Amino acid sequence: MKILVAVKRVIDYNVKVRVKADNTDVDLTNVKMAINPFCEIAVEEAVRLKEKGVATEIVAVSIGPKECQEQIRTALALGADRGIQIQTDGAPLGSLSVAKLLKAVVDEEKPDLVLLGKQAIDSDNGQTGQMLAALTGMGQGTYASEVNVDNGKVNVTREVDGGLQTLSLSLPAVVTTDLRLNEPRYASLPNIMKAKRKPLDVKTPEDLGVTVSSTVETLKVEPPAERQAGIKVASVDELVEKLKNEAKVI
Amino acid sequence: MTILVVADHDNVTLGAGTLNTVSAAADIGGDIHLLVAGANCGAVAEQAANVAGVVKVLVADNAAFEHHLAENVSLLVAELGKNYSHVLSSTSTDARNMMPRVAALLDVDQVSDVIKVESADTFARPIYAGNAIATVKSSAAVKVITVRGTGFDPAAAEGGSATIEAIAADNNAGVSSFVSEELAQSDRPELAAAEIIVSGGRGMGNGENFELLYKVADKLGAAVGASRAAVDAGYVPNDMQVGQTGKIVAPNLYVAVGISGAIQHLAGMKDSKVIVAINKDEEAPIFQVADYGLVADLFEAVPELEGKL
Repeated sequence: MKILVAVKRVIDYNVKVRVKADNTDVDLTNVKMAINPFCEIAVEEAVRLKEKGVATEIVAVSIGPKECQEQIRTALALGADRGIQIQTDGAPLGSLSVAKLLKAVVDEEKPDLVLLGKQAIDSDNGQTGQMLAALTGMGQGTYASEVNVDNGKVNVTREVDGGLQTLSLSLPAVVTTDLRLNEPRYASLPNIMKAKRKPLDVKTPEDLGVTVSSTVETLKVEPPAERQAGIKVASVDELVEKLKNEAKVI
Repeated sequence: MTILVVADHDNVTLGAGTLNTVSAAADIGGDIHLLVAGANCGAVAEQAANVAGVVKVLVADNAAFEHHLAENVSLLVAELGKNYSHVLSSTSTDARNMMPRVAALLDVDQVSDVIKVESADTFARPIYAGNAIATVKSSAAVKVITVRGTGFDPAAAEGGSATIEAIAADNNAGVSSFVSEELAQSDRPELAAAEIIVSGGRGMGNGENFELLYKVADKLGAAVGASRAAVDAGYVPNDMQVGQTGKIVAPNLYVAVGISGAIQHLAGMKDSKVIVAINKDEEAPIFQVADYGLVADLFEAVPELEGKL
C-alpha cells in the first residue's frame, strides 16, 4: 500500500522564540529550522510499515516556500521514496488551506494511509489531520501511540485524557502521531547523499486547483506576561512557612 | 447571537472543562445552548441543565455517539452548528479530536486553545509552546473555537434551569469503530482540575520513587503529574504528562520535583499561581519561573516536606 506523509518546516524545538518589536509575529530571521518533531515520528512510522512489508511506497509532502524542500529531503533520507513540494510564498497558511491542498494531493496520489503529526510546534493548532479526514470523508486516528494495519483496516491506539483507547478504521484513513508512537531514527550520511537523487515534484496551489484563503487574521503577537522573579529558600521549614503564610496556598 | 457549547462527558458525568467553556461563551455574550451527544447520557443532560448561564440543553442520545467517535459526532455538530454564531468546546482529547472536523465540514478555520475573549470575533491564544500570545480575528460565519480551561473560571455547576430538548440524530459515518479502552485508575483529583499538583521528573530516578510524591500529594489533596522525561522513562503512564504535548494545567500551587524545566514542560504549567521547584541543580531553568526554589536533594527534601505538612 501507499502511504502519504505530510511534513512541516518549523522552528527547531530547542530555540527560544522572540516576538518582533512591532508585534506582528515572532522573529524567524536566522533561526534554526527543522522538521516538526511529530512529523518526524510520522515519517518513522511510515518507514517502519515499509520495513514490515505493509507499505510499498512512501510519498512525503510539504507545503510552503522553497526552503521546505530541505525537510522533504530529510524525509527522503529517512526512507521516503519521493517528495512533493507545494510552493506557497508569503504568510504561512491556515490549517484548512493546508488540509485542502493535502486533499488535492490525496485525490491525485490515492494513498491507503495518510500520516501526519498531531500538531505543529509553531502554531500549536492540532487541526490539519482532522480537517483532511473530514474533507476526504476518511476515518481518523488522532494521537496515535500504536498503529497496526491488518486486512483492509487500521487499528489505532490513541492517547486520550484518561489513558488509551483503541479504534478500528476502514482504509484509506488518516492517522496523526503522538510522541510515544516511536523513536525516530537519524539519517545516515550515505542516505542523505542518496536522498539528493530521489524525485521531488514541485507544484503550486493553482496546479492543484485550490484557492487558499483564511477566515482568521492575526492582529498582533505579543510576549506572554513575565512572571515575577521568585526567591530561593534555604530549608524545607522555610518553604512550608512561606507557602502557608506568604503565598497562602496550603 | 446564539452559542453552541459541545459538552464533554463520559456518558455519566459532565466534564469539568465544559464549565470553563461555558464561562468563555458567557464572555462572548448571547444565549448558550449545551449539546450532550452520547449514549444513555440522560444523567449528563440533567447536570448540564443545572449549569448557570445555560438556557437550553440539546440531547442526542444514540449508540452512534457512545464513544464520541469524531467521524459520527462531527456530522451532528456541523449540521446543528450552521444555526449558531459560535460553536465552542473544551480542549479535552475528545473535543480536540472532533472540532477541527466540524470546522472543515463547515468550511471555516478553527481557533484553537483560546485563553481570552476580546470580543465576539477576537480571541487570544498561545503559540510556540506558550512563548507568544497571538490575538486573532475570525470572520467565519460560524466561529469554531476550542477553549483552554485554565484561561477561564468555571461556571457554577448549580443554579441554572435550562430546558432539555431531545434531538433525534443517528449520524453514523460508518468508517470507524470502537475496539477497547484502557483507563488509568486514580483516587486523586483529576490533573486538569486540581488546585494543587505535585509533579516529578527524571530526577525521581524510577517509578517506585514516585511513591514519595504520592504521599505528599495525599497530604495536600493534590494531583500528581510528570514531565515527559519521567513518562518516556516509564516511571508513570502518559496521561500524567504535563506540557505542550500533555496536559495544560494552572493550579494554585505547582510543585516541580526533579524537573529541569524544559520549554515544552513550562508550556504546560507556567500559568500556575505559585510554582515551587525542588532541584539539586541550582542552574536548572525551572528556578527562573519558580516563586519558591529549594536547592536540595529531593530524596531528603520530599520526605521532610511530607513530615511537615
